[in-house]
Amino acid sequence: MSWVVSNFEQIWELTVTHVGLSIPPIVLGFLLSVPLGWVAHRYAVSRSILLTVSGLLYTIPSLSLFLVLPAILGTTQLDPANVVVAMTIYALALMVRSAADGFASVEPSVRQSATAVGYSGWGRFWAVELPLAGPVLVAGMRVVSASTVSLISVGSLIGVSSLGYLFIDGLNRQFPTEILAGIVATIVIAVVFDVALVALGRLLMPWTRSGARDKRRRAPVRTEVAA
Amino acid sequence: MSLFAAAFAWLFDAANWAGANGIPMRTLEHLIYTVVTLIAAGIVGVALGLYIGHTGKLRGAAVLVTGSLRALPTLGLLFLFALWLGIGLTPVIIVLAVLAVPPLLAGTYSGIEAIERSTIDSARAMGMTEWQILSRVEIPLAMPLIVSGVRSAALQVIATATIAAYLPLGGLGRFVFDNLSLRRWDAVIGGAIVVTLLALIVDGLFALLERAVVSKGVRAARDRGLGEAATKRKPIAAEAA
Repeated sequence: MSWVVSNFEQIWELTVTHVGLSIPPIVLGFLLSVPLGWVAHRYAVSRSILLTVSGLLYTIPSLSLFLVLPAILGTTQLDPANVVVAMTIYALALMVRSAADGFASVEPSVRQSATAVGYSGWGRFWAVELPLAGPVLVAGMRVVSASTVSLISVGSLIGVSSLGYLFIDGLNRQFPTEILAGIVATIVIAVVFDVALVALGRLLMPWTRSGARDKRRRAPVRTEVAA
Repeated sequence: MSLFAAAFAWLFDAANWAGANGIPMRTLEHLIYTVVTLIAAGIVGVALGLYIGHTGKLRGAAVLVTGSLRALPTLGLLFLFALWLGIGLTPVIIVLAVLAVPPLLAGTYSGIEAIERSTIDSARAMGMTEWQILSRVEIPLAMPLIVSGVRSAALQVIATATIAAYLPLGGLGRFVFDNLSLRRWDAVIGGAIVVTLLALIVDGLFALLERAVVSKGVRAARDRGLGEAATKRKPIAAEAA
């Protein structure tokens, strides 16, 4: 504990770096996956292609992706951009499916009613489909945020500093306290992000507040199959 | 792009295909770690998952554990246990197994939960014992999702075993860590490519297995076009395969 107190400044700095590396992939992942998920939901042909590709991207081990990306992007090996791009790819891989599921969860009759009362395709997307898909999108983003925050650490193995530095330094110095401090700090970030996402969801979707707790189900089982 | 050319040159260099530090041996090590871990984690994860799915007990706890484990940094956990238990193969396998349990658990209990309740009630009404219901109804019907859980667990173990080479341990991660400090990028990227290929091949094999384990009764119903319940149960990976 005394180590944590005396090294608080370093832990704090690494935490800030970690947060800085985590936010861009989470935000980019969301912005890119919503249109892709919509396309996947809308056109059957693209669905299998998009979902297969994202499934395959998610299969690539993170360390490999960090190392292979510089060869593709032309960045240097130690460029934090590699980690950000890699994590964005993972976020997309997870989120495109969630987004497609989210848009699929909108009742077809609701979509037809929106068309009937005069919404154009574009207006219908913003005013009807996106808000109704919201709860599923938030659930997907919570998974993305947790996995991003925990995977960023792996970048430290190739020299991209984050809280992962504490794991490596702690291992080299045979000092479990340092590793524990890193784990705790990582969990704190993950929890703060999770709470922020839930709060954001409630703020933007007031109709979900009525005591209806969002069901966190990772399982691909949908009770309401559109008949 | 020249980096890729160098990496492929390294991959196709016969010198890297021989001996204890050759690609085949390292791949074999990696696969052995993965299989041993999956067997250990499978015994715990699938058994617990079947218990939770069949009885409905402990479900809340399982959801909580699988959810919170996702936020735990694998790297930190691996290194922490390595310090506590000493650096050797056994502690590493233990940590890998701990990380592999959540997907196995989640796949198994959600597989059983996805079964129509009426199907299980019918089995009970016909006079099947609880044990028969589990072995003849629940397990066969949940099989695709159980395999899907094993698939995620296998991929996670393959990825994490690569990191474990840092400790140091054998496996394909060796190519990365042995050459990283020497800045021999051809071998580093070559090693990364081999791990990626291994993961993709294993993923593909599991995708095929998922299709193969769909229970006969479900397949027959699907072929006859009575597939409402059957399509509902289709594991998410089946359509992505």
